[in-house]
Amino acid sequence: MKNKRMNGYLLAGLILTGLLVALMLLGKFWTPYSPTEMNGAAKLQPPSWAHLFGTDNFGRDIFSRVMRGGGTTLTIAVLTIAIGAVLGTLIGAATGYFGGAVDDALMRLNDALTAFPSILLALLIISLVGPGKTYNVVIALGIVFIPSFARVMRTQFASQRNVNYITSARLMGAGSLRIMILHMLPNTLRTLLPALTIGFNNAVLAEASMSFLGIGVTPPDASLGYMLSEAQGMLVKAPWYAISTGAMIALLVFGVGLIGEGLQKLEREVD
Amino acid sequence: MDENLVLEVRRLSGGYRKGGVISRGTYKQILFDVNFEVRHGEIVGLVGESGSGKSTLAKIILGLLDPQEGEVIHHTPRPQIIFQDPYSSLNPAYDVEWILEEPLRVYGKYDKAERKRRVRDMLSRVELDEHYLKSKPNELSGGQRQRVSIAAALIRRPRFIIADEPVSALDVTVQAQVLRLMRSLREELDLSYLFISHDLNVVYQICDRVLVLKNGRIVEQGEVETVFNHPQHEYTKRLLEAAE
Repeated sequence: MKNKRMNGYLLAGLILTGLLVALMLLGKFWTPYSPTEMNGAAKLQPPSWAHLFGTDNFGRDIFSRVMRGGGTTLTIAVLTIAIGAVLGTLIGAATGYFGGAVDDALMRLNDALTAFPSILLALLIISLVGPGKTYNVVIALGIVFIPSFARVMRTQFASQRNVNYITSARLMGAGSLRIMILHMLPNTLRTLLPALTIGFNNAVLAEASMSFLGIGVTPPDASLGYMLSEAQGMLVKAPWYAISTGAMIALLVFGVGLIGEGLQKLEREVD
Repeated sequence: MDENLVLEVRRLSGGYRKGGVISRGTYKQILFDVNFEVRHGEIVGLVGESGSGKSTLAKIILGLLDPQEGEVIHHTPRPQIIFQDPYSSLNPAYDVEWILEEPLRVYGKYDKAERKRRVRDMLSRVELDEHYLKSKPNELSGGQRQRVSIAAALIRRPRFIIADEPVSALDVTVQAQVLRLMRSLREELDLSYLFISHDLNVVYQICDRVLVLKNGRIVEQGEVETVFNHPQHEYTKRLLEAAE
């Protein structure tokens, strides 16, 4: 195999995402100030060396809150696409590989789910499992993300069904499971990996939207989306809150988007 | 029963069912009352225009498609196939070593050392250097890919091979090399082939006997020399004229 060459998109994306993820992971263990501790003496301070992103109306350090909230957002996004990708791949593999009536039934169900706006569907699921808890948001968003992965992966598996190397595998006696996992799955990665990056970004934005609307994460947990809705209330008094939180979301989405673009570019070069 | 047979096809009819999850769909019959056999060590050519039913016949023999009537009797273990298109016959995700070892892993009778030994042995039989073991299919030429396809089909030592237009996608010089290789492998590994081709020149070069298929019926069969020099059926004459 020729070495796949690194490209600018991928490198920039990996550096940017790496830094942000490192910061957010660090935030799970250590932050400059406590992200929840109120300080009456330091309310609504603009950015300074002591408070990089300033403070909010309770005197909480926004940089610390961004670190901790970013971690929550990251966790939700990663678990969401994990659920979506794993279940979507299972459904896509089964329908794409076997075809027939199972395929028809599951794909029509898929179409029905896709027809709902995703936020509405998430709202519906949240109202069933109960609001507020981080893992409920993950369950709701995870389910919302299954259909798009199922559709992409179904195409990937179905397109290989009658290709000669699969026919050969069948002729030498390989079982269906072995063919799906060993012979087909690796060939879907070039589509799955970019789809994961797009899915991740959609999950970040969906979590932000849900928390902003008040159906996502609730105190004492905080996510970037929840903080953005908080920041809205003090947009004039403390614009740095909204700007730094929004910029964090934008940079994270931008970084992962660059990785996705870089991966696709890489595959195009290999061909 | 003739001990010398590797394959008997008796009164075979077959085709495809088209469409219909709920309705049963319509049946498109492709093959009509096909009878022939392949004897031990023979290379039997199967010629005919596209649409004559060559590929359908191959699928039924391989068990990928059920016959409508008649039977296919194998006197050897499961036959393997060599495809025309050397690009889609090798899994692009893996290197040559994995591709060649996989049939042995599925077979499950050999330990790792023995599998590696057999892979190397087969690679040298198809005249490829060992350094190609780590190559992915997209790094190989068409001729090299077809050699790997042949090696993969032969790695479990089948006795009967169906070759579906195995050299049609290759340059003329590479064609000659691959045909020579297939002929020498027949001697070394005691093989019989059903050699499907629309190219009568290739069939003349490699086959012992030939079957002429027209619209799903065998209209003429016999020794290649006899059929090509003294064709009996109008259709065979037309094919031969077109191949001049």
